Amino acid sequence: MIADISPDQHRLIELDIPNDVRFIERVVERVQRECRDLQFAQRQVMLNVPVALTEALSNAILRGNADDPTKTVHVRALVDSSRLVIEVRDQGTGFDIDACTVDVSTETLEREDGRGLFLMRKLMDRVECVATGPGSTVRLILNRA
Amino acid sequence: MSFTIKKESDVVVVDVEGQLIVGNRQELKQKVLDELERGGRKFLIDFSQTGYIDSSGLGVLVSLSKKIREQGGELRLANLNDDLKTLFELTKLDTLFQIADTRERALQSF
Repeated sequence: MIADISPDQHRLIELDIPNDVRFIERVVERVQRECRDLQFAQRQVMLNVPVALTEALSNAILRGNADDPTKTVHVRALVDSSRLVIEVRDQGTGFDIDACTVDVSTETLEREDGRGLFLMRKLMDRVECVATGPGSTVRLILNRA
Repeated sequence: MSFTIKKESDVVVVDVEGQLIVGNRQELKQKVLDELERGGRKFLIDFSQTGYIDSSGLGVLVSLSKKIREQGGELRLANLNDDLKTLFELTKLDTLFQIADTRERALQSF
């Protein structure tokens, strides 16, 4: 039996991680756990959240922070009974995320890169890229299904 | 997360356990390229034990497929769960790869 979730129930995760892609999975697992607890749909927990968050974190680490090991990435995830809002902030000088993106089509099918933003947009209800100076923030919003 | 490689007849079979993402994609790439160097030409990647794949993981599959084809070989995939199938459909990569429902069917198809 599925327990009801009260409308004011929410979970907040706020952390800074080293600028290292090996930390991505741990962050993803924490956010997945909270979404599971707040009864997000299985597909959202197993597909939408992990893939989109992995993309945002790897963009921040490799592009925003230019793979610089002295930098960190700040993650803030707020999960409640209606939606998940994740903010991923790097310490870089800003980068044009759209320039790193290709349209997914038969012409670009064999490209190795460029699918990150495309996947974020497909898997989230909303993706916002904002210059927060210093650094850039990517905000991902997913409504609970 | 790890990759296990074994030979089934003349097919190199790779099991992806856990995620295939930016942090481990190079390991998969290197393992498959080593097998290609050793003369392997038929490759099957089995995703029955895989969680999720990010764009870097998809990119490595595309790159390996290209390199294997350049050497006259072929890369096929098997056992994608519904979430992974969705990912391949969204990116249209389901049109690039031959994808089998089971490992046995994939092996028979070579």
